[in-house]
Amino acid sequence: MKPVLTPEQAVDSIKDGSSVMAGGFMGCGNAFTLIDALINKGSKDLTLITSDTAFPDVGVGRLICQGRVKNLYATHIGTNPVSGCKMNSGEMTVTLVPQGTFSERIRAKGAGLGGVLTPTGIGTDIEKGKQKLTIGGKDYLLELPLGAEFALIKAEVCDKSGNCFLPMATKNAAVVMAMAADHVIVEAEKIVEAGELDPEKVTIPGVFISAIVKAALPAANLQLK
Amino acid sequence: MDPKELKRVRLVKRIAQEFPDGALVNLGIGMPTMVADYIPAGKTILLHSENGFTGLGPQAEKGKEDPRLVNAGGQPVTILPGGCFFDSSMSFAIIRGGHVDYTVLGALEVDEQGNLANYMIPGKMVPGMGGAMDLVVGAKNVIIAMDHVNKNGAPKILKKCSLPLTAVGEVDVIVTDMAFIRVTKKGLVLEEIAEDTTVEEVIKATEAHLHISGKLGKF
Repeated sequence: MKPVLTPEQAVDSIKDGSSVMAGGFMGCGNAFTLIDALINKGSKDLTLITSDTAFPDVGVGRLICQGRVKNLYATHIGTNPVSGCKMNSGEMTVTLVPQGTFSERIRAKGAGLGGVLTPTGIGTDIEKGKQKLTIGGKDYLLELPLGAEFALIKAEVCDKSGNCFLPMATKNAAVVMAMAADHVIVEAEKIVEAGELDPEKVTIPGVFISAIVKAALPAANLQLK
Repeated sequence: MDPKELKRVRLVKRIAQEFPDGALVNLGIGMPTMVADYIPAGKTILLHSENGFTGLGPQAEKGKEDPRLVNAGGQPVTILPGGCFFDSSMSFAIIRGGHVDYTVLGALEVDEQGNLANYMIPGKMVPGMGGAMDLVVGAKNVIIAMDHVNKNGAPKILKKCSLPLTAVGEVDVIVTDMAFIRVTKKGLVLEEIAEDTTVEEVIKATEAHLHISGKLGKF
């Protein structure tokens, strides 16, 4: 059985300067309750690894706007203008990673692989400083594994063994992140007993999960345009 | 509809005719997204949304938005019958593995070698590449949808891109408000021109050398 904690207890071991992965895509699938707890705790100098920086007042976007992030790994920061400002001022270092490479580097870490070979980025600035290999006459970049101390994951349902169901488009990078962090905290809308979540409907196996928190903030936080 | 919008509609309608029935297509944000509204009657295509599903449908009606279902721009959308959800690793395996038939993207610059620059202007605009680099490398066919010239009237189809590249030699077709251009081994071939322009005007608005097709069409 995995411990069911309060948001404050769950983020207690995250220190200033810790590396944190956050699932979600444009805020969809961000663990709002855990991010809120991290902000309330006053965490700073974080290394944040996340698909994008959402919008200024949404999910991980708030961590950026409140100046809690020192190093950012992301694929896209264009929807949150504060990210660009902090990058240009030097307040935050930003490493932009192609999205497919982003998920495969994280998966490589979680799957015990020494890296991945991808054609993405060949002939672009992305290849700078990276090893190139030619396989079957085609050039590939060697992209190295990417892991973190913590991952913050949002699930709709989590059973007490940690098995998670992530519905619809909330799966995004959360699935690989759960594999690649030392300590994985899942925020669930609904926490059920082991056996109550159909094993066929498990998106993330419970083996990766360290702690469970009941979601306190609604998932609805869309930018309605 | 204002004249500029009408030209954009003409452009996306032309692109919509390129897809065979049943094609798996990924549309970029902005003008490329409009292509979905002009698929010819009798044809169906399956849209891929790189954040994790196929069967991307129209934007969700007001009041019926589901926070768990957004498109790659973060807007609430719908999923159509036949679609399915998956995680990011699967989504980009579909893209990089060559399973997407067509991708339609905007561009800042394209050149004679089919090189594409569409993700940053150093010092000015650095939004990040998102899924664009993987899409351009992985999709079987890369179609660029863009205005023929930039806001200052300068050509965007160049001899050689000056901005940082998104990918090398991956562009197959360029469709603009003025022209339909195919990237071939011998260079750029002007295959069609818009009905309200001339070959001379297209050449004037293009820095790259254009080979004129013997069977020049209009759209």
